[in-house]
Amino acid sequence: MSKDIQQAGEERRFLDYAPAPESRDIVRLRPSYGLFIDGDWVDGHGAPFTTIDPSTEAPLAEIAVADEADVALAVAAARRAYDKVWSRMPGAERGKYLFRIARLVQERARELAVAESLDNGKPIKESRDVDVPLVAAWFFYYAGWADKLDYAGLGASPRALGVAGQVIPWNFPLLMLAWKIAPALAAGNTVVLKPAETTPLTALLFADICRQAGLPAGVVNIVTGAGETGRALVRAEVDKVAFTGSTAVGREIAKAIAGTEKRATLELGGKAANIVFDDAPIDQAIEGVVNGIFFNQGHVCCAGSRLLVQESIHDELVDRLKQRLTTLRLGSPLDKNTDIGAINSAEQLERIRRLSELGEAEGAERWSAPCAIPEQGFWFAPTIFTNVSTSSTIAREEIFGPVLSVLTFRTPAEAVAKANNTPYGLSAGIWSDKGSKILAVADRLRAGVIWANTFNRFDPASPFGGYKESGYGREGGRHGLTAYLKAGAR
Amino acid sequence: MTARLAVPKTYKLYIGGAFPRSESGRSYEVTTPKGGFLANAAWASRKDLRDAVVAARAAVPAWSGATAYNRGQVLYRVAEVMEGRAAQFAEEIAAAEGVSAAKAAAQVAESIDAWVWYAGWADKYVQVAGTGNPVAGPYFNLSVPEPTGVVGVIAPQSAGQQTGGSLLGLVRAVAPALVAGNAVVVVADETRPLSAVSLAEVLATSDVPGGVVNVLTGHPAELAPWLAAHADVNALDLLGAGALDWPALEASAADTLKRVLRPEPGVPDLSLDRILAFTETKTVWHTKSLL
Repeated sequence: MSKDIQQAGEERRFLDYAPAPESRDIVRLRPSYGLFIDGDWVDGHGAPFTTIDPSTEAPLAEIAVADEADVALAVAAARRAYDKVWSRMPGAERGKYLFRIARLVQERARELAVAESLDNGKPIKESRDVDVPLVAAWFFYYAGWADKLDYAGLGASPRALGVAGQVIPWNFPLLMLAWKIAPALAAGNTVVLKPAETTPLTALLFADICRQAGLPAGVVNIVTGAGETGRALVRAEVDKVAFTGSTAVGREIAKAIAGTEKRATLELGGKAANIVFDDAPIDQAIEGVVNGIFFNQGHVCCAGSRLLVQESIHDELVDRLKQRLTTLRLGSPLDKNTDIGAINSAEQLERIRRLSELGEAEGAERWSAPCAIPEQGFWFAPTIFTNVSTSSTIAREEIFGPVLSVLTFRTPAEAVAKANNTPYGLSAGIWSDKGSKILAVADRLRAGVIWANTFNRFDPASPFGGYKESGYGREGGRHGLTAYLKAGAR
Repeated sequence: MTARLAVPKTYKLYIGGAFPRSESGRSYEVTTPKGGFLANAAWASRKDLRDAVVAARAAVPAWSGATAYNRGQVLYRVAEVMEGRAAQFAEEIAAAEGVSAAKAAAQVAESIDAWVWYAGWADKYVQVAGTGNPVAGPYFNLSVPEPTGVVGVIAPQSAGQQTGGSLLGLVRAVAPALVAGNAVVVVADETRPLSAVSLAEVLATSDVPGGVVNVLTGHPAELAPWLAAHADVNALDLLGAGALDWPALEASAADTLKRVLRPEPGVPDLSLDRILAFTETKTVWHTKSLL
């Protein structure tokens, strides 16, 4: 086994690709960015910070920080825009603004993809082929809903909630912005959005797209900053809080809005089981397992971080998985051949390292793909843990990195029991060629999104969100629209 | 000849299909609005509440696994059995609420009809709330609602309310949570709990499996914090908790990210939203093969 992997490593060096860097000239960053409030750029009153390229640690731009007063200003602008403009506008006209935004995203797709890879560290082929196309799709999908709210399922003439405060994570910065802003605007709300501290750039570029679209001032406001800014936004006079991020922060938000009239959608952590049965299409399953946990460096809340493999095929599957991982290319996010980009921040890298060391200390067997790690930046080689017990920390806690824990099972019932043995319930995967088995297992899994013979697929028409401590509410589809509506007066 | 002395009923808790007294040995006096003695109701403790949650959790797999048609019939059967005991419920309500016999009978009729209304939803709510999703790719993609699990309910409380509804409020709180296949732990109306215990007797003699509904009588202010904090409760309906420190209950429920419905005054309307509030939407992507 190890000989095969070594051989594969040598072949890989033999077949090394020449560098194929995407030009970063398409992105013209300003040296510093303010806050986007009421259609204008204004200064923040917190201490500004520098956002960096996690693959080189080179600074990209200085970013303003919104303090409580800045956040209140943004919320007041959103409220005015809601009262005076957006809530009075016919749905068809609101929809046309969203269609415009979808088209502008498509027109500026390459620029947005490069900026995303620069700021986040994800491979350009992912930002270019997954993130940005889905952003356009999300706006296009919800644009069409804006004048069809009577069909959303809440009866005739449903009403918007008002002002939505939205806090998004760093793993899919622009895509999460689209998941939040598109349905909110379609339903007739205005928004104040806070991008993650380490990935503010594409949200700030999106502000320019709002300008090009001629979107009325105050309908979209972008406030940058860290946790304190987010807390201020949750506490501010908003009618709805939409959050994607960790379960710990989700709890904090749920507590903060307790006893108020604010509504919340929380899309939180996960520890998804990816179940491979012995009758699975094995080639596809291997690709699916790799995509499930190594897509976006494993910085995915719905990542298939627990591989549950039927005992009889464990050795073969793990062996082939290791061979496949040996062929992955880790390196510059802007290189078009890169499969594994940079870890988003020093802090996240530290967490991944700590949990991996804990995995070893608790008796699991660690294997990392043999790949050269660049000297600058934050990197972590694709890693597999075998001989993992269900009680092991790496089988229970969300690592949010390119680390796969492999567990085994003998019967479908055992697979279901192990898959459900977690406080999370965001997603799960099933690999089998037997349709009836897939249906039976999918029925019993306690998770909001289940992929059968695929993994990590997203679509604006498809609701996404968790059971249990993975949060509540859905994003995407008709369900995602109703999260921003209430029933009309009867 | 002296008139026959009536045989009064002992009002107990309903946990896991059985009728225990409170393990604490406590009871409290239930009176008419004018202060006349009606009964001593069991004064449930934190331990009783925990037993009720254990019973509810154990009941979830079979109840949520029953077919929708079956759940619909079981809920309809509750209406049937209630109808047969309508006079008893009316008498109890008239005594507890001090309303006329006609008003009490009307409340019982509305309560029975609420079971019928919700029973009919069991095999329909999925069709109304589910979606087929036209995703861009070779996938068959469906979203369907499923039960959340164990639901804790604070039933509407008479204290401080001008209107009656000690039975109707309870039924309209419990029935919607059952439709999808959840199991319920309900804390009854504190000052008028007797209808709740009689309803439990109906549930026990209809086809609702033991543990699917668990009824606690006692002090909501004492029980609600344990219900809100319990890690094996998935959702919390604070419907009748308006007079309690419900923001603290909601905050406590946030520790385990429970789905929370906030308090509402009075008796809730018949509502599909109340069914859907205790469901989770599951979306499954099935990969299509090449032909």
